[in-house]
Amino acid sequence: MHEVRWHGRGGQGAVTSAKILADAAYRSGFEGVTSQPSFGAERRGAPITASTRLAHEPIRVLSQVTEPDIVVVLDDSLLAVANATAGMRPGGVMIVNTTVAAAELGLRDDVRVVTSDVTGAAEAVGLIVSGQPMVSTAILGAFAAATGLVTMENVEAAIGHAFKGSAATRNIDAARISYECTRA
Amino acid sequence: MADQQMTVMTGNEAAATAAKLARVQVIAAYPITPQTSVVETLAAWVESGELPAEFVTVESEHSALSVCIAASTVGARVFTATSANGLAYMNEQVWWAAGARLPIVMGLANRAMAAPWNVLNDQQDSMSVRDAGWVQLYCRDNQEILDTFLQAFRIAERINVPVMVCYDGFLLSHTVMPVSVPDAAMADAFLPPRPAPLTVVDPDDPRNIGAVTLADPRADAEGTSCHGYMEIRALHHQALLSALDVIPQVDEEFAAVFGRAWGGLTWEYLLDDADVVLVAAGSLGTQLTVAAEALRAEGMKAGVLGIRSYRPFPVEALRAKLVGRKGALVFDKALSYGYEGPICSDLRAAMCGVNDAPLVFGAVCGLGGRDVSPEQLADAARRAVADVHAGASERPTDWINLHLEG
Repeated sequence: MHEVRWHGRGGQGAVTSAKILADAAYRSGFEGVTSQPSFGAERRGAPITASTRLAHEPIRVLSQVTEPDIVVVLDDSLLAVANATAGMRPGGVMIVNTTVAAAELGLRDDVRVVTSDVTGAAEAVGLIVSGQPMVSTAILGAFAAATGLVTMENVEAAIGHAFKGSAATRNIDAARISYECTRA
Repeated sequence: MADQQMTVMTGNEAAATAAKLARVQVIAAYPITPQTSVVETLAAWVESGELPAEFVTVESEHSALSVCIAASTVGARVFTATSANGLAYMNEQVWWAAGARLPIVMGLANRAMAAPWNVLNDQQDSMSVRDAGWVQLYCRDNQEILDTFLQAFRIAERINVPVMVCYDGFLLSHTVMPVSVPDAAMADAFLPPRPAPLTVVDPDDPRNIGAVTLADPRADAEGTSCHGYMEIRALHHQALLSALDVIPQVDEEFAAVFGRAWGGLTWEYLLDDADVVLVAAGSLGTQLTVAAEALRAEGMKAGVLGIRSYRPFPVEALRAKLVGRKGALVFDKALSYGYEGPICSDLRAAMCGVNDAPLVFGAVCGLGGRDVSPEQLADAARRAVADVHAGASERPTDWINLHLEG
């Protein structure tokens, strides 16, 4: 079973990301998938987490992910305030939305840090709501590139299921750009 | 199956989808976390025309259920959903819906009762109305939510008793997982329109609905002897007890159409040769299956007995499953304050005086959304077994993951 913990800020769309990832993973052959928000009162801008589990059998654990093998950070300002590597399994993958090189982030050396300018990808296609770049779908491109657990084809299909028309197209374009600019 | 489509969705989406597939005619609900997206989803479908139903917006849960009572009285198939304090606010009408024998189906995204204010999961809300005369069914995952709602309409309309479909708030209501969604034709094959309603309002045949009914039977205007309150309540009780047969029947009928069954009154996992039985209702049962596997790996013969129907309480089914076992540990996400967990009390009573009954112990966990892991559940079983080996035949309720110190 792959266990993913998401770190984002309220309003940034981590819960949406987690849901669409579950759909993309199901389409990619994981028969058992769950995604859940961290349960609480969400406030815009406050650090939040979400949990995703992927397996080839039904998921029977509904508690929050505390020992992730994959961590996704939607906002690199969270690295200073949220303990994003807490409980992370050695050898795990950490995916960070940042323009800073992985080596300069000063994270644990027993995990693989992968970066992508997801905010830039969202801005490039005009995914900006109330002045905020919407990174929730673009980050899925980085997830596909960093882990190989889901295909871009299925990420695109899952985004297409969650959004309609031109919104779907722009979100898919952002995910593609993020996929391309993912750096190990 | 070609006529079922796998979709990754939340428990609330599964509930709303089931209401749509059931072709509900009237929906009245007031949004409350964590039920809100059920109402939002249904409102959007009614607005778009995807669901040809009357969506009655109301100012409170009390009015929501009042609207459902009125609509159900005149023959409509109705649906509502709520949580915790919303259920408490409609409490008067919860009793009315049941006493009036209306086949209303209500979704309850289980949430803790205030105070202190808390929007997270436990099962105190539904337990607080367990005696109101509704059928209460508990779901262990999102597929069971969708399927149980479809079954609930059939159960409710067969015995004229409302059904509350309970599912854990957030843990299921907000967690996505794959759900097989049948197409409309398949749902229609299982769930035809509501049978002839209990009461029809007809201007040419005026009648008094919900008349005052006093203690003793008495004659009506035509001289026909009518039941008193106690007779009506006895018949209501009999109807609920008849659900002990109807719930498994409907589950079988469901399986014949959809290829899935949920166990009827109870479900089990690794139970055959189990000495130690872990008991719960709802998604806790799903997590207990993982705990039971961990305990088996250590040599403890552990199994899980899940309670699907809490009201009516399946006494005979539980006795049949538990007689001859060494112990049963009941995990409640609620408490009868000043006593113990409600399912634990009920199970103890069901086993009282039964030959070769297991020891029944209780544990309380997950109140107000406290995270519960399979490891903690397994630990609770280890503690109980250790106490028995140390000679305990009684023990206080075990509070899991409680931190009263500092």
